[in-house]
Amino acid sequence: MNVKNFIPLSQIAENRRRLISGILFTLPWIVGLSLFYFYPIVMSFYYSFTRYSILRAPQYIGGENYVKLVNDPVFWTALYNSAYYVSFAVPVGLIFALSLALGLNQKTRGIYLYRTLFYLPVLVPQVCLTFIWMWMLNTRYGLVNNFLALFGINGPGWFTSKTWSKPSIVLISQWGVGQAVVIFLAGLQDVPNQLYEAADIDGAKAWHKILHVTIPMVTPIIFLEVITGIIGGLQIFTAPYVLTRGTGAPAKSLMFYIMYLFRHAFVYFNMGYASTMAWIFFIAVMVLILLILRSAKWWVHYERI
Amino acid sequence: MVGKKTFTKIRKIVAYVVLTAGALFFSIPFLWMLSTSLKSNRDLFAWPPIWLPYPPLWKNYVDAVTNIPFFRFAMNTLLMASLGVLGAVVSCSLVAYGLARIRWPGRNVLFAVTILVMLIPYEITMIPLFLLFQKFGWIDTLLPLWVPSWLGVPFYIFLLRQFFMSIPMELSDSARMDGASHWRIYSSIILPLSKSALGVVALFQFVSQWTDFMRPLIYLHSEEKYTLSLGLVMFQTQHRAMWQQLMAASIITIIPIIIIFLFLQRTFIEGIHLTGIKA
Repeated sequence: MNVKNFIPLSQIAENRRRLISGILFTLPWIVGLSLFYFYPIVMSFYYSFTRYSILRAPQYIGGENYVKLVNDPVFWTALYNSAYYVSFAVPVGLIFALSLALGLNQKTRGIYLYRTLFYLPVLVPQVCLTFIWMWMLNTRYGLVNNFLALFGINGPGWFTSKTWSKPSIVLISQWGVGQAVVIFLAGLQDVPNQLYEAADIDGAKAWHKILHVTIPMVTPIIFLEVITGIIGGLQIFTAPYVLTRGTGAPAKSLMFYIMYLFRHAFVYFNMGYASTMAWIFFIAVMVLILLILRSAKWWVHYERI
Repeated sequence: MVGKKTFTKIRKIVAYVVLTAGALFFSIPFLWMLSTSLKSNRDLFAWPPIWLPYPPLWKNYVDAVTNIPFFRFAMNTLLMASLGVLGAVVSCSLVAYGLARIRWPGRNVLFAVTILVMLIPYEITMIPLFLLFQKFGWIDTLLPLWVPSWLGVPFYIFLLRQFFMSIPMELSDSARMDGASHWRIYSSIILPLSKSALGVVALFQFVSQWTDFMRPLIYLHSEEKYTLSLGLVMFQTQHRAMWQQLMAASIITIIPIIIIFLFLQRTFIEGIHLTGIKA
């Protein structure tokens, strides 16, 4: 007889009870996962191969949507705009947030007052944020152009000029870096003092200390910010939508990927075509995340003292 | 050679320059918004710009809330946000308890799936969800905006699960010995010990619901159902370039969140640190 595999009856009953309790407690999430995640993901994959205008049942058309998408110039414009936005907004935001956090970390007086001030814009609804900056960057009456005029500079048309519209969106996105500042500051405060003292003994300059001690120690945070920044940045929608009322003007320079997807889904009701866009987006985001995860071992330092 | 003292001094000066520039960048838009909201039409376009309009035109605020059904929008937003917050706190704490405090096969798989799901962008589920809610007859109601949070939000489940894990297991074990059910342990031991973490969830969910724009835009069509974010956009379309009222309405929208933040700043900052720990 195999004594090792003998399990007392009470243990079996207990295991069963645990399983039942476990399932009961997590039941809302099991339902939520199936209903709001698994089902929609599978369905959107199916819809991406159909022609579906809501009014009539989805009609299977194979890969037609994908072919059409690749030949849709606005798709490429929207993709380019979103990529442009992320490639500038994320690194600029990182440098900006890190500089502010470094500034705060110099045993500054009033550090918590500054931190509060930097964080406040994070709480401002995107819609309000957009209005505030529309007015700040108004071509004729905006505060920024009025200020530039003091130096005889003729300010650009910011949101109304094809050249300046995307840089302007990058600029206003920087108003919300407060969250990253708070996280960076917490990370900087965790850097052990011995490291700086050791660097002092070696006669390191302040600049070298930042480059060779501080930055490596906060790479895990940079890593986190890069991932959330890229996902969030690619999803940019509200600001350009409110600014242009969904048109992406001027000259489609503010037509971002999700705006175009939204337009097909909820303005033209091309649910099939929009699902195709959603799937391309999904795959692109997943590939990007994988690449970044893979790159982590080259530049993210997890060692701690 | 430069002495260590001068060195520290230079560093401090650089830090102050950076911080002052940052402080100006973050505060001027707020101040300009406030100033604009109190201006007459003449002051609005004055050159050089006027910072302190005299007399301040408080009437702009009255106009802002009466020209659009502002209080109706505010009530809708408040209703939707409160129900969403309640749902997120209740469901996520239950689920997190099941993941952290009960040993059952499958809990690790479910937790791994929860983490994966956090990375999924909303846009991939957006269209089938719209069609699903349409089948339920929920379009043009507030239901799609708050009901889903009653079935769990992955990020909060993650946060609470981590928090519950840090509570010593012996606490529940001894209660189990005394014959307490999981429900009792959850409601009278774990929840009271987790007020701060639950507060973080409530705050984050409130801000995210209060400021949400895309989902109300998708689901709400008739004006009396609008939330504040949607209502403000309507304001912009209908009353083109009424900057004073737009700024006044924005200020009234922002103020509740800022007040909550200033009161609960500690919880907020704690919560943000928690999100940073993920790394």
